[in-house]
Amino acid sequence: MKTAFKLAFRNLIGAGLRTWLNVIVLSFSFVVIIWMKGIIEGWNQQAKNDMTDWEIGGGQYWHEKFDPFDPFTLSESHAPVPKEFIPEIERGDMEPYLIAQGTIYPRGRMQSIMIKGINPRQSIFLLPSHRLDTAVSDAIPALIGSIMSNNLKIGIGDRMMIQWRDAEGTFDASEILITEVFRANVPNIDQGQVYIPLEKLRSMMNLPGEATIFTYRDSESVRPSVPAGLVHKTKPELTASVDEVIKMKSVGTSILYLVLILLAMLGIFDTQVLSIFRRQKEIGTYIALGYTRRQVVGLFTLEGTMNAVLAALVGAAYGLPFLAWQAKTGWTMPVDTSDFGMSIAQTLYPAYSAGLIVMTVIIIMFITLIVSYWPSRRIARMNPTEALRGRIQ
Amino acid sequence: MENSPVIKIEKLVKRFPIGKGEFTALKGIELQFTRGEFAGLVGPSGSGKTTLLNIVGSLDTPTEGEAYVLDRAVSRLNAKEAARLRKQELGFIFQSYNLLAVHTVFENVEFPLLLLDYNGSERRRMVMDALEWVGITDKARSKPPQLSGGECQRVAIARAMVKKPSVVLADEPTANLDAANSHNILKTMEQLNSEFKTTFLFATHDEKVISYLHRKIYLIDGKVDSDELIKQ
Repeated sequence: MKTAFKLAFRNLIGAGLRTWLNVIVLSFSFVVIIWMKGIIEGWNQQAKNDMTDWEIGGGQYWHEKFDPFDPFTLSESHAPVPKEFIPEIERGDMEPYLIAQGTIYPRGRMQSIMIKGINPRQSIFLLPSHRLDTAVSDAIPALIGSIMSNNLKIGIGDRMMIQWRDAEGTFDASEILITEVFRANVPNIDQGQVYIPLEKLRSMMNLPGEATIFTYRDSESVRPSVPAGLVHKTKPELTASVDEVIKMKSVGTSILYLVLILLAMLGIFDTQVLSIFRRQKEIGTYIALGYTRRQVVGLFTLEGTMNAVLAALVGAAYGLPFLAWQAKTGWTMPVDTSDFGMSIAQTLYPAYSAGLIVMTVIIIMFITLIVSYWPSRRIARMNPTEALRGRIQ
Repeated sequence: MENSPVIKIEKLVKRFPIGKGEFTALKGIELQFTRGEFAGLVGPSGSGKTTLLNIVGSLDTPTEGEAYVLDRAVSRLNAKEAARLRKQELGFIFQSYNLLAVHTVFENVEFPLLLLDYNGSERRRMVMDALEWVGITDKARSKPPQLSGGECQRVAIARAMVKKPSVVLADEPTANLDAANSHNILKTMEQLNSEFKTTFLFATHDEKVISYLHRKIYLIDGKVDSDELIKQ
């Protein structure tokens, strides 16, 4: 075996450019696959982090009638703050949200919205809610997201009429002033949503002390029993949609991995097939000098597989600095991601794990082994006397 | 013991299928070779020289009869046993040298020793000795494409002789060489034969080679036509 390794290595290095072309293509596959998987994993982590930071915190309690996909439930999905939540809210470790349906009229157009009442001094979300903590005498301070800002062509300082229906079913209207446009990577909190101070919304809705959603900070904390009329939504339940999107995205990128691996394997397969025809005399010579045909098959398979070993080394030489650089600077998407409709940052930071790198290397090595062995089996059927003369067609 | 046969061929027949028929390359060959012989199978193309050499070299098997090499019946050897016989006891020299092009001269000559599991220092010593026998120590780091035909054949001889085999089988070893190189190569082989008592068996129709042989076996149409012992 040691001899076979030595020989295979000499043959590979001796083959010069042919070997290095295969090695470079294969190493490229290694690096790109690890990078792409890293991007997907980084995106996964970023999406969950962004959701945590901007939308769900450590978990939520929803009013039992609240359905985010059915705006008609909003009129009924509110309840007074349960007394067991009050200490946590007072510590700033839980924030109540009140959600109501409404309409704004930017530049004379009509836009249905969800009005979200939020505590301007909250610290659970990254929302710049402090911009609501301002004294405006003739309008309600409001925050909107950049997607809505772009779509409706409205920005900071713009005023517009807002209309809502209070708890008794009475329509009312006022004016809002946009005090901030925030940019988040979570479209759920942006599109069609206007944030105003919680107490203001409560008074507008005539629902003092009530809320629709309660978000707590620490997902690890021991939660009290769920108060009546609320439903507990844990962080994994709330991020399940991200997992689904990532899973679907992974299928798409897997096709790209497959194409990359196939390209690299085609190079090795081609080299192996050519070798068996071009190196007939060499094969005959190995047999004449004391190799069995099976040993020659082993030698050729080993040579092919060593391409993957060399590729891993070459890939490590230029790939590790590249991957480290990417992890630091991230990959900025060439198009604006705000319209993608899913939680995705403009710049994605790949996240690599030892498992990802080891698995990628093992999979490519294994496939290379098979692709190397497949054409080499032909040697086992060669007549050595014909091979010695290079006569096999 | 000195004269016990190294190679013994008994009623050897070899047939090859050709289309729907058969071609008989060897027709009942009976021969014996003792240790240290410098013998040649001589004859025109198609007379069966190379076929006989291949069977003795355990690269091919007889259709009928038997070839014994160092008392081992070639037809009864399995692939591993045949490989072991070639690895330990036989050296090959080919018309087109059959050197490993991407390996250096040193590595080419080292190859049989690698298969025999010699350690690094032993290998180095043995390879340098072999290169010295054939006079190309200065080419140890060269690769075959950088050598002349004569130098390549010297490397092939060194590779065949480095493990000091019992038998060297040389198939048209001078066919690609000019007269001066041919004589040099043949003198070298003759010297090695007398020094190590290695049995050399040639397949040739080259007059230059024939003039060096101590025993000439003429083959015609797969049969031994004559067997002349020129010198003991």
